[in-house]
Amino acid sequence: MVAALFFYLFASVAIASAVMVISSRNPVHSVLFLILCFFNAAGLFILLGAEFLAMILVVVYVGAVAVLFLFVVMMLDVDFVQLRQGMLNYLPVGGTIGLIVLVELALVVGTWAISSDALTAAAAPSSGDVTNTEALGQILYTKYVYFFQAAGLVLLVAMIGAIVLTLRHKQGVKRQDVSVQVARNPATAMEVVKVKPGQGI
Amino acid sequence: MTIGLSHYLTVAAILFTIGIFGIFLNRKNVIVIMMSIELMLLAVNINLVAFSAALHDLVGQVFALLVLTVAAGEAAIGLAILVTYFRNRGSIAVEDINLMKG
Repeated sequence: MVAALFFYLFASVAIASAVMVISSRNPVHSVLFLILCFFNAAGLFILLGAEFLAMILVVVYVGAVAVLFLFVVMMLDVDFVQLRQGMLNYLPVGGTIGLIVLVELALVVGTWAISSDALTAAAAPSSGDVTNTEALGQILYTKYVYFFQAAGLVLLVAMIGAIVLTLRHKQGVKRQDVSVQVARNPATAMEVVKVKPGQGI
Repeated sequence: MTIGLSHYLTVAAILFTIGIFGIFLNRKNVIVIMMSIELMLLAVNINLVAFSAALHDLVGQVFALLVLTVAAGEAAIGLAILVTYFRNRGSIAVEDINLMKG
């Protein structure tokens, strides 16, 4: 009973904040509603017994991705009012396509049935005697270690890509270049000039 | 009143639809489009975790973890492209993005 109550609480707040994400005037408000939506999705994950993913959702999304969004929204000096012009023109076509997708998803949700083999064919059946985090670790670091490594590689490439894209060398700023300093020798650093008396250089 | 798999699937379907609707509604604003994509990925994750819990199979949660990783990388790269684009053009309007004349 309490679980059902919490499910409806989390689900309704998540959906309401998702609507606010796409419809609010100020993108900063959008990001904040996105954070609220992720928090409620984390609540749904906890109700499903996936505590580790719920914590990861809070840490990764709220702690990193949403703050990155907030940072970019505040850093870019964009006239958001101008960007919202013509929004109502897109409402009919967007509403039509959204409705079509929703009807399709409703048809799928309304008619599926789980095969009786599915319960016995589980690749990694979860047993109740260890915590979710421990069970996840036991299969993530053994059976799915290559996927884990691939995920790390994806993050590495994303990090390098983001740095390469946003790194900018300003001209005219004096910086210390260690390799140039070390490579200096008397031949390149000094010049002997014969000055004639009374003329200067 | 027990909460079953179909309840979670319904929530995920609604969230996914809101994400698609948001892409169409904010066609000029790349930042909100990326937030809509994040919403859709969240809906997919809810689906995966709901099935994982219903079928007592942990692989769904492993897959959701990988989706989360890709979503984080996508957000980082997308926002970096956005910052670079804003530096070059001074605007983030989607219809101006035609430098490559594709």
